[in-house]
Amino acid sequence: MMPELVSNSVDLSTKEEKVVGPWKEAWRSFRKSKAALVGTAIVVFFILLAVFGPLIAPEGINEQKLQDSSLRLAPPSSEYWFGTDDFGRDIFSRVVYGARISLAVGFLSVILSAVVGSFLGIISGYYGRWIDTIISRIFDIMLAFPSILLAIAIVSILGPSLQNALIAIAIINIPNFGRLIRSKVLSVKEEEYIVAAKAIGMKDSRILWRHILPNSLSPVIVQGTLAIATAIIEAAALSFLGLGAEAPQPEWGKMLSDARVHLMTAPWTMIFPGLAIMLTVLGFNLMGDGLRDALDPKMKN
Amino acid sequence: MLHYIGKRILHLIPVLLGMTFIVFLIIRAIPGDPAQVILGQQATEEAIHALRDKLGLDQPWYIQYFDYLKGLLTGDLGESLRTSQPITSEIWPYLAATMELAFFAMILAIVIGMNAGIISAWFQNSWFDYIAMVIALIGVSVPIFWLGLMEQWVFSLELNWLPTSGREEVRAPVEAITHFYLIDTLIQGRFDQFWVTIQHLILPGFALATIPMAIIARMTRSSMLEVMRSDYIRTARAKGQKMVKVIYKHALKNALIPILTVIGLQTGLLLGGAILTETIFSWPGIGRYIYEAIGYRDYTVIQSGILIVAFMFVIINLIVDILYTVIDSRIKYN
Repeated sequence: MMPELVSNSVDLSTKEEKVVGPWKEAWRSFRKSKAALVGTAIVVFFILLAVFGPLIAPEGINEQKLQDSSLRLAPPSSEYWFGTDDFGRDIFSRVVYGARISLAVGFLSVILSAVVGSFLGIISGYYGRWIDTIISRIFDIMLAFPSILLAIAIVSILGPSLQNALIAIAIINIPNFGRLIRSKVLSVKEEEYIVAAKAIGMKDSRILWRHILPNSLSPVIVQGTLAIATAIIEAAALSFLGLGAEAPQPEWGKMLSDARVHLMTAPWTMIFPGLAIMLTVLGFNLMGDGLRDALDPKMKN
Repeated sequence: MLHYIGKRILHLIPVLLGMTFIVFLIIRAIPGDPAQVILGQQATEEAIHALRDKLGLDQPWYIQYFDYLKGLLTGDLGESLRTSQPITSEIWPYLAATMELAFFAMILAIVIGMNAGIISAWFQNSWFDYIAMVIALIGVSVPIFWLGLMEQWVFSLELNWLPTSGREEVRAPVEAITHFYLIDTLIQGRFDQFWVTIQHLILPGFALATIPMAIIARMTRSSMLEVMRSDYIRTARAKGQKMVKVIYKHALKNALIPILTVIGLQTGLLLGGAILTETIFSWPGIGRYIYEAIGYRDYTVIQSGILIVAFMFVIINLIVDILYTVIDSRIKYN
């Protein structure tokens, strides 16, 4: 234990001399992890797929070829890499376009929940008292549900659609961010520089914005990356249950649920969308783990 | 100890109340006229009126909520809109089916996950360790609904080893007593049916077990590695004690607390996964009950199904918390 402590303190002092920013230091340790780099590569691959989808995909999302029965449920071939579905649509093209939907839902829902969650967490942690009690109680109640169940409840109120699935996923993740920020605020609040800032008469809003928020950023980034992985699975699950994407949207979960009837005759309709979900989620998980080790070693449990 | 349990239960009351309120909102917060939405566009004016009356939608919301709570306290979960049966009377078989599946999956996850983690830790950096941890890593990321479909395709449709779906042979149904088929078949001495029940459990069980299994394996490995570095384990090994004894008698005992924590957490999370697994395998549990209700816009069933599962989730978490105090006397609660 001791040598580690010593080397840590040496690190700190050299840091001051060379002025290596904390972000740069985090990047250095992130770069060392092979798993994190593989994860990042996977994520970048899917982002490129999403951005350049129209250039990559040979066909559109809904080019049906119903008249030619040999093109319906056709197995993978050099022309149709992942085969075709029951409408004769090219599954490879649909999987490529699906990356847009899944990544968009993942990023947007997590940004939404991070923003709302951080806001609630900050006012709850900073102001304390009854505001804290009310917000924390609401978080407790939301966390008392298995998350997919709460999402189902919200979507059944709002009505099934991809947009509502996104909103539901954003809502169920709010307490995770809220609690994280709240505890961070509680610990930062007691730091001497905050007390000093208060003493010189700095306004609350400025303290929150300039000091507390930047200090809470790294756990939010870590949590955010891991939350994208869960959000993508949850969105696919909701679509799979018929509560998310609607035809002809090439959402991966929806493609899986459509593929169920053809499991025997055309398993490729099921294999590829599922692989896409798994790889994307794996990428975000690996990247998130790497970020956690690099940015916030204390969070590792 | 009793004091602590009492306090925990008291703390649960506001959470449970909040949960009932969220669930209450499922019908009442539907934008527009809930009765219209539930019955669809073609509904007649009278039908909508009748449903509004039945659900008490014309009352102020707090009276509706109060009535709902009063019903819950007397064990009344309302009536299914589709079958017009009281939900309380029809829910038990579904609940038992889910509990049986979840229990089976959790046993798989614990037995396989813990042993894989132990072997990985003992033979650290061996090929076994490497492969097991890569599988565990993938296991955490795999969507269980896809895994379920893959299992069905490979083991059921291609290899024909196991049944695709359901809980029993349609032609030879199990005579239900407790609705836990593993117990029912044993009581009746029907070992053939017991075996059939196990066969039906394997595929959905593994699908549901994957994520907890992966997490338990990873946690067991890291926890065991930490313990095995300690002096007393080195002493035990130096004394020449058998490996199995060192692991199971000395190391595991002290590595157990963090492992139990994840087991507890995962048991609760299993309930969410059960909804997806049951949908794929047509397992007649509460998840499938909710799924079908969504299809029929049977909102009272959706409402009660969600409440029941959430309630089970809370209870499991409570039991886990209490178990900690029993297992680790170092944890003190004030």
